[in-house]
Parts: sequence; structure tokens; C-alpha cells
Amino acid sequence: MAETLPGAVLAVVATAAAYYGAQWVYRRTRLLVLNPVLVASAVVIAALLLLGVPYDAYNRGGRVLSYFLGPAVVALGVPLHLQWGEIARRGRSIFASILAGSVVGILTAAGAASLLGAPPEIVRSVAPRSVTTPIAMAIAQKTGGIPPLTAALVIGTGVLGSVVGPPLLRRLGVRSRTALGLALGSAAHGVGTARALEEGEVEGAAAGLAIGLMGLATAVLTPLIVRLLF
Amino acid sequence: MKPRSLLVFLAGLAVLLAFLYAGEWVVRATGVPVPGSVVGMVLLTLALRLGIVPLALVRSAADLLLRHMGLLFVPPGVGLMLYGGLLRAQWLPIAGASVCGTLAVLLVVGSLQQRQEGDG
Repeated sequence: MAETLPGAVLAVVATAAAYYGAQWVYRRTRLLVLNPVLVASAVVIAALLLLGVPYDAYNRGGRVLSYFLGPAVVALGVPLHLQWGEIARRGRSIFASILAGSVVGILTAAGAASLLGAPPEIVRSVAPRSVTTPIAMAIAQKTGGIPPLTAALVIGTGVLGSVVGPPLLRRLGVRSRTALGLALGSAAHGVGTARALEEGEVEGAAAGLAIGLMGLATAVLTPLIVRLLF
Repeated sequence: MKPRSLLVFLAGLAVLLAFLYAGEWVVRATGVPVPGSVVGMVLLTLALRLGIVPLALVRSAADLLLRHMGLLFVPPGVGLMLYGGLLRAQWLPIAGASVCGTLAVLLVVGSLQQRQEGDG
């Protein structure tokens, strides 16, 4: 403990420095590819490889930060409460959109992977990558994928969706704030929700709701679809 | 931060954690296939709606966590380094599936929701 504590504190401080540095650059440049989660992760990976520090040693501090993802997801109840009227009015359309998104997401990801020659355990690892990490890992476990690989792909997907989502959706003529938030939350889970919160409270609330609904739909549908088709 | 608002902040954080553990308990008891945090989010929304938890109690803690949510995703993002070998060996199907899947979900959910709402 005496030896690991300074290392853990250093890991937290270095991660925060990388993230807020990346955020500063992102706000100055407004370049979407410089997504702070992406840039900070890349900077930390490069530093660990350069210094020869294994991930487990880094994560003794890192998991102190990721522990707060739990209460952060619970905290989405606040924008959900504040935007309740907007959300409740659209209840049925929201269910329909997310159900369709879940089916198409599983089919497209698993289909693309298998067309591009992936072995079955890879196909089963990519199928659930649109949903929040704990659900995605449980699905991969159940269907015969590799859960830690799925967890890594979930983060990659989150960053990708957050970067391309808002400009793509605007170009497609999506103007509704709920539609933008739902799309970000269902394609890019928590990372997309963090991005949606930058746009506003309605977007953030819709994204938070989408994480839950998309997770549920995908948990039920992935085993069915994977068993039938892949 | 004033002592009083620090106290409210800490109490708010404790409430969020209590809802997280309540959510995890519900998941263990019922076996629903969602994480405890998502159940906790739904329970907190209900508690706020019913006035069981006052908004002022949780607002500052929730705002802080949500404003810095991106930071919390960096350690799992760094975890990608563990799969360097596998990602290199299978990069094409993995990248293809991630890009196609992500675009498909964005397109389907965004445009379906926009269409159902019309201009309203």
C-alpha cells in the first residue's frame, strides 16, 4: 500500500492533466477529432508504453476515477427529471426508434465483422458494442464473445459516435434535440451522453434514457440474433 | 466553496451512491439484464418526481459528475492498450464492424426519431 499509493495518486493526477489539457485544446480548436477522451487515452497509453508501466499498475489509480462512472450514470436521473415533460410526451416514438436502432446495430456490426472474415468469437464480441460497458460485457459473456475485448470496443465505439454523431446528424437534417440525444446515447452510450450534455440538458437527458433502453433491448436481442444468424 | 454548500454536495454524493447500491440490489434480486447504475438512474428519477428526494439536495453533486463525465472514461479507454495484438491481427473486421454499426445506429435512431416528431 505504501508503495502503490503514490503511484495511484500519480495515475489520477496524470489522467486529469491529460484530460483537461486535451479539453483545453479541443475548446480552442473546435476540431471534433480531437475528442478529449480519445486524445487523453492516447496520451496516457503513449506515456505508459514509453515508461514501461503496465496497465494494471496504472489502473490502481485509474479505477478510482472509473468508480465514479456508477454515480455519474445515477446522476443522469437529474436531467431526466427536469426534462420529464419533453421525454414523456414522446414515449412511444422513443421506444420505437431505439428498438429499431438496437436491431439494426446488432445486425450491421455482426454482419460487417463476419463478411470481413472475423472468427465467431470476434463477431460475438463486436455485436453488443453499442451499449454501456457492464451490459455489453455481460452480453458478450452470454453469447460466447471475449468480454474484455468487448469492453475495449465499447469505449472505441463511444469515442467514434461522439466525434461523427453531431455533424452527421445535423447534415441529415436532424434538428430535434431529443433525436440528437437519443442517437448519441444509443450509438455511443456514456461517452455519447457526455457529448450530448455539451449540447444541452434536453440532449443529455434523452441520451441518458437511451443508454438504459438500448442496453435492455440489446441484452434481450443479441443472443437471439447471434444464435439465429451468426 | 462555502461550508454549507460543501455539506450539501457531500450529502448529494451520498444520495447518488445510495441509489447506485439500491440499483445493484434490485439487479441481484430480480436478475434484470441491466447494470445497477441504470436501475439507480430510473429510481432517482422516480424519487425526484415523487418529491421523496428534493432536487436541491442532489443537484450540485450531479452537475459536477456530469460535467466531468468524460474524464471518468479515460482509464477504460487506456485499457485498449491491452488488446494491441488482437486489434492488430483482426483490425479490419473490428474497425469495419465498429464503424458500420455506429453509423447505422446513429442514422436509424436519429432519423426515425426526427421523422416521428416532424417539426414539432
